[in-house]
Amino acid sequence: MKRLFFAMTTAFLLVICGPANAAGKLSIYHWFEYIPQELLDKFSAEHDIEVTMDTYDSNEALLAALKGGRIGEYDVAVPGDYMVEIMSAEGLLDTIAEGELRNMGNIEPQWADVAFDPGRKHSIPYQWGSTSFTVNREMYSGDIRTTSILFDPPPELSGKINMLDSQGEVLALASLHLGIEQCSGDKEKLKALNALLQNAKPHWASFISDGAKDVLVSGEAAVGMIWNGFSAKARSENASLEYSYPKEGYLAWMDNVVLLKDAPNRDNALLFMDFLLEPENSAAVTNFAQYTSGVTGTYELLDAELKASPELNPPADAPSGTFVAVCDQATQELYDAIWTNLKK
Amino acid sequence: MTGTSTGVFSGLRNWLLLPSWLVIGVLVLSPVFIMLVYSFLTKEFRGGVIWDFTLAAYDQFFLDRGLFGDEPPKMEWTYINIFWRSIWQALLATLLCLLIGFPTAYFIATRPPSARTVWLFMVTVPYWVNLLIRTVSMKFLIRDNGPVNEWLLATGMISEPIHLINTPIAVQLGLFYSYLPFMVLPVYAAMERYSFSLSEAAADLYASKWFTLWHIVIPSVRPGIIAGCILVFIPSMGAFLAPDLLGGARNFMIGSLIEEQFKGTAGNWPFGAAASMILLSAVLLVLLYYTHYQSKTGIAKN
Amino acid sequence: MTGKSQDIRHYSGFLPISLICLVLLYGPLIIVMIYSFNDSPSITVWGGFSLRWYDEVFHGLEAPKFKKAAFNSFTIAIMAASTSTVIAVCTALAMLRCGNFRGKAVTFGLVSLPLMVPEIVTAVATLIFFSTIGFKAGYATILVAHIAFCIPFAYLPIAARLQGIESFYEEAAVDLYASRLQAFFQILMPLMLPGIISGFLLAFVISLDDFIITNFVKGAGVETLPTAIFGAVKQGIKPNIMAISTLLLMLSVIFVTLSYLAGKMGSRDKG
Repeated sequence: MKRLFFAMTTAFLLVICGPANAAGKLSIYHWFEYIPQELLDKFSAEHDIEVTMDTYDSNEALLAALKGGRIGEYDVAVPGDYMVEIMSAEGLLDTIAEGELRNMGNIEPQWADVAFDPGRKHSIPYQWGSTSFTVNREMYSGDIRTTSILFDPPPELSGKINMLDSQGEVLALASLHLGIEQCSGDKEKLKALNALLQNAKPHWASFISDGAKDVLVSGEAAVGMIWNGFSAKARSENASLEYSYPKEGYLAWMDNVVLLKDAPNRDNALLFMDFLLEPENSAAVTNFAQYTSGVTGTYELLDAELKASPELNPPADAPSGTFVAVCDQATQELYDAIWTNLKK
Repeated sequence: MTGTSTGVFSGLRNWLLLPSWLVIGVLVLSPVFIMLVYSFLTKEFRGGVIWDFTLAAYDQFFLDRGLFGDEPPKMEWTYINIFWRSIWQALLATLLCLLIGFPTAYFIATRPPSARTVWLFMVTVPYWVNLLIRTVSMKFLIRDNGPVNEWLLATGMISEPIHLINTPIAVQLGLFYSYLPFMVLPVYAAMERYSFSLSEAAADLYASKWFTLWHIVIPSVRPGIIAGCILVFIPSMGAFLAPDLLGGARNFMIGSLIEEQFKGTAGNWPFGAAASMILLSAVLLVLLYYTHYQSKTGIAKN
Repeated sequence: MTGKSQDIRHYSGFLPISLICLVLLYGPLIIVMIYSFNDSPSITVWGGFSLRWYDEVFHGLEAPKFKKAAFNSFTIAIMAASTSTVIAVCTALAMLRCGNFRGKAVTFGLVSLPLMVPEIVTAVATLIFFSTIGFKAGYATILVAHIAFCIPFAYLPIAARLQGIESFYEEAAVDLYASRLQAFFQILMPLMLPGIISGFLLAFVISLDDFIITNFVKGAGVETLPTAIFGAVKQGIKPNIMAISTLLLMLSVIFVTLSYLAGKMGSRDKG
């Protein structure tokens, strides 16, 4: 028993004195595989701040976690455009006062004032890119520049498709495929959307976001819905993968670093945001995640290979990307029902 | 049993009981009650709950009112099917574990003591190995380009990789593999107490060996078999890792359904609580049957 | 053991099945172990023997993350196992040394409750409970949850051991004017030690193993080894995960050996 007590006290002592006692802390809630560890270490060293990071794999998972009581635990998160709007409406975001961010001027003009966060009161740009799908050309050599590959696939691809586990993006892409506007409250259109997804479901093998790259690289899936930068990383591990810019359209998005309400380390969160607005640091993220930065002066710092990557340079005849829309409550509840229907 | 009512520590009884009553009462029992209450609450539009009592969660589980909620309610089979799939997978895993586990336990029990120790050690090690790691190993093993497929392709036994990952078979394999030691050990424990002179007596009376196994050995070790079955069945039924890692998101079991409500994108806590209550009720029914069976056969009291 | 009885006991087919059982149990683990020494960064192509992934586990970019997770896992496991072992010893004394009393069956049911309730249900209930009472998720929530569900695992071996010890030991001590504390710490506890060690080890491993409950109740930035491994594995199985798995596997072997030695110590001094 004495030994047990000894073990216990030792453990308690270890817990109290164990972890490095940095001057400050920063708690990040981030997408998986979206920031290089070196960059976090650099921030940590520059400001003597201990950084901890949890990850999520969809905008909806982020929202669900914060609404489920996790608000107040994190300082910053990185929601996509439409999710910034939703989180702001839900009162989950803190306001960045005028002059609190030194590097606010580094934001590229086109992202300085955006519809999802007018006046950039809660957020700064992180990265932007597109959502579409990638095909393993060894397994399928036909035309891939159509969303039918996902929603009405040729027989040889049936059962070899991975979809992102991301409600907003799947429903928006399906709407593009049908050529209907997003958030339509029209019953017939909603029924058509539901029917499309129900008919496509038997062709889909899985709904995986965090493993979206892995299933393509390993050949487990022949087709995978995916983000452009993640697809570029997949291609570097498996050269037969090709990202598609379908003619029906594809999704565009911008992820943004937001200041969360009740942030336990608000000052450090602002330091971190300023840090990410430095071109050098933003370029480090871009070189790692292989999307596009929203900060001026990063382009020169990018890897040459990245600048030329087919994922970042849509063909000339590709339509422009569509952003996911925020629906009103009545329509969103039906969208939720369609998604639940699909997932169950 | 040392059933003297005037034991040395009798005076301290309530104090000795206090910690476990307190810890389990507060941390297990009361949470289950709060969960029951939660299953009757209303889900807020974007996640979170409102303290308004409703049957909506159970309604969603059992009734289908159409996409727009305006159709006359029909039976909702989706969740019942998920539930049914969980029961079915768990039963199959239990059966497979029994088929492999019983002969193994029997075989170990009939080894000479020194060999028995080695065998027992070998069977115990996997039991202590992290469940997550074992599930991941299985995932690695059976991938399309995993070692098993590579080997089969290399030897020419197959010309195309066997696609197992993200199928119900993979989930079954994972469950079976995860809980196999849970079957061997209790059956072995019962077998250890079995007196083989009974088998010898049966042989002397010209009973065939398989007759002896079926009518003498198995009935004698039945408590161990049942304990093993329960130890495999209950965790298989609520399993999360095997369906999640080996089944993709397509081969949902009740555990993944519940997890999705809390950790995933659904964010519907009342529905998750309701599904948990339904799972708990099913498990308690199995256990009630077990205790009933135990008291009937009079082996309940140790 | 006569030849005849051997023959009666022997069922042809049971040996192959037992061997299959071992192959099934060890096959995947051994293959992962082998591939953890693979030099190639592609996990399925063999590129020769190397320890580079072990080096990466300890010195790589992700090393601090996994080290912190390991630290959390081990400290939580030590504290949860110690606390639940103490509670289990108290409960075992009350259940087996205090005669029959009302509520004995209920207590037994209560103590084994965490064994019977599927883990995912316990996880959900604990999460809702903590969130309702406003207990902020973090390191402490994991620890508290682990203490509760480790109790039955500690209790079973301890109770089994105590059952085999006649009560005249402590009675004799008290007859010789030992206090109850002395009777326990100097007489009964040394006799119970093998059971206590087994119970502690089992509770320790159960805590170290736990993924589901931890995943539900962990707070911001707090990971244990299983949750960190799970997070990594979701993005694909990497060789460094195999190296970590192999290390944990070795640890399990050590624990089983310890537990086995404790059991052996028990059977020797049983008297």
